[in-house]
Amino acid sequence: MQQAVLTLTNAVGLHARPAAKFVQTAVRFASAITVRNATRNGPPADAKGILGVLGLGAEHGHLIEVSAAGPDEAESLAALRRLVESDFGEDS
Amino acid sequence: MTASRLTGLPASPGIVTGPAWRYERRRLEITRRTGDGTGAEQRRLDAALSAAAADLDAVVEEQRTRLTPEVAAIFEAQRLMLADPDLLARSRREIAGGASAEAAWRAGIEHAAAALEALPGAVFRARAGDVRDVGDRVLRLLLGIAEPAPAPGGPAVIVAEDLTPSDTVGLAAGRLLALCTSGGGPTSHVAILARRLGVPAVVGLGAALAAVETGATLLVDGDRGVVVVTPDPAEIAAADTERAARAAARARADERAAEPAVTRDGARIEVAANVGSVADAEAAARAAADGAGLVRTEFLYLDRETAPDEDEQVAAYRAILDALPGKPVVVRTLDVGGDKPLPYVPLPSEANPFLGLRGARVAQRHPDLLRRQLRAILRAGAGRAIRIMFPMVGAVEEMRALRGVVDDVRRGLARDDRQDRTDLQIGMMVEVPSAALLADRFAPWVDFFSLGTNDLAQYTMAADRTNAAVAALADGLEPAVLRLIQMTAEAGAAAGKWVGVCGELAGDTAAVPVLIGLGVVELSMNPPAIAAVKAEIRRWTIADARDVARRALALDSARAVRALLADAGARSGR
Repeated sequence: MQQAVLTLTNAVGLHARPAAKFVQTAVRFASAITVRNATRNGPPADAKGILGVLGLGAEHGHLIEVSAAGPDEAESLAALRRLVESDFGEDS
Repeated sequence: MTASRLTGLPASPGIVTGPAWRYERRRLEITRRTGDGTGAEQRRLDAALSAAAADLDAVVEEQRTRLTPEVAAIFEAQRLMLADPDLLARSRREIAGGASAEAAWRAGIEHAAAALEALPGAVFRARAGDVRDVGDRVLRLLLGIAEPAPAPGGPAVIVAEDLTPSDTVGLAAGRLLALCTSGGGPTSHVAILARRLGVPAVVGLGAALAAVETGATLLVDGDRGVVVVTPDPAEIAAADTERAARAAARARADERAAEPAVTRDGARIEVAANVGSVADAEAAARAAADGAGLVRTEFLYLDRETAPDEDEQVAAYRAILDALPGKPVVVRTLDVGGDKPLPYVPLPSEANPFLGLRGARVAQRHPDLLRRQLRAILRAGAGRAIRIMFPMVGAVEEMRALRGVVDDVRRGLARDDRQDRTDLQIGMMVEVPSAALLADRFAPWVDFFSLGTNDLAQYTMAADRTNAAVAALADGLEPAVLRLIQMTAEAGAAAGKWVGVCGELAGDTAAVPVLIGLGVVELSMNPPAIAAVKAEIRRWTIADARDVARRALALDSARAVRALLADAGARSGR
């Protein structure tokens, strides 16, 4: 298993389109991926489910901890890191 | 039905007459709770889910050109909800336990919605409505119920309890004359949407709206917050005349926008702009603002990993000052709190971020950040009319300390000889009730006060502006808020310190007499409101405005104050 801790620097956090993009990215990989809100010290949620990701209540400035286990765990973490660090592409 | 008059809160200006069309979101009744076998029920649910997904795709496709990015994102999220693994697993377990597909699906949806409602942020709680919305879409397919809310046949005034973004998507195109809701406040989602669409809206009409049926003729006055049910022909004609008169008045106001706003008895009121970017400052200049009464500096700080350095800030402040040459510019220091923490300003997660570390309270815990911003403001403002304003100050000791920091930073700069002939003033926002109550004690430490009426109302009324259930209480025209404005204005006048308003109230033409009557001498607003507010100021004498203010202070509610202002405005020839 591999882990990454990422800071949400986009304006709205994991909400609206960024939450959708996060899930759409996670489902492309075979590995089991979970994400938890480290700032709120919350429990892990399935990164491939929009309800769990919204349920993190992860806002601008929060730290999220992503864990992946499986054949493409490194690639999946790299892709999610790129997404978060690019402030989810365009908008926020 | 005979003519009746309903009073609510003005949410979007304009006056219009048209047929009512009632929008109802009915709770779908499930009668069949136990299933016909696990396999059959699961197949029914799967079929409904794929049909719902196809419908959502069709909505997005059909509305592509009309959807704003926010609304498109809601549909995108709803599409993903239909495939959510937790939701599907929960429904599957319910079906395995003997439930019907519809009962199983509703159980899963309610569980998911409840989890989102328990979150602290309002934006996440609002998503619970989106979950139920997509839940109903699937349920309707399972129950064989046709589309929930057929759109009105022609242009109509939409009447509803409340409206979600998903509701409004189907309503907007050309068929929407006005919006009337029982719930909501002037800053609620419906109000913002109506202003963007440019249609009149009245919110907070209360239970009386429930009696209005589809087809009834409504006259909606979004400026006054009044809805007339089945108006008589004379009232309709009067509304038409008024609409033409308002259009003419707007044209006249625009013509004189560049002239100063002086009351009929010769008092000059400064009409300034609220600015959140360099582009806003340019818009303010085009709208002939007398200055910038509030520069929100958060645009420099949000969406980045590290704080902006001093030179970057100097360049931004200078660009804003350059856009408004020779005019006073009030720069507010960074105003953030636990609800929108910055990566480089660690803040604890708080149960109540609006009552926690925010505004100047954060600045005092991050002195380097504050000093860097002050240096940048002072450097950019050298030789200009620059004002520095601190947000969220509640205790005299805080203001005294902040003033000390400014003096210290200035001394450091003076050695560099960077700020000759600078017209500098130091002031504070009045948004915490304690600041208004103790304004006389604050006065020695400031050169001006600027009332942030949105937050002042929210803190005075203990009503969260983002919570639809109580948002209507957070009204700057509440007499309790007006009394705090009065206390601030009187303390300012006694000490020779000017008092302004930079909240939503400043841009509301109806509020002009009460504010200038209380002694406010500067109003700062979004640039589009400037011409109309200047025109309104020119129609009053300070003596008449004082009379209106005196009467407003003796009333019991914001509703009564609005009625008084509507009456006073009409009698002074509006």
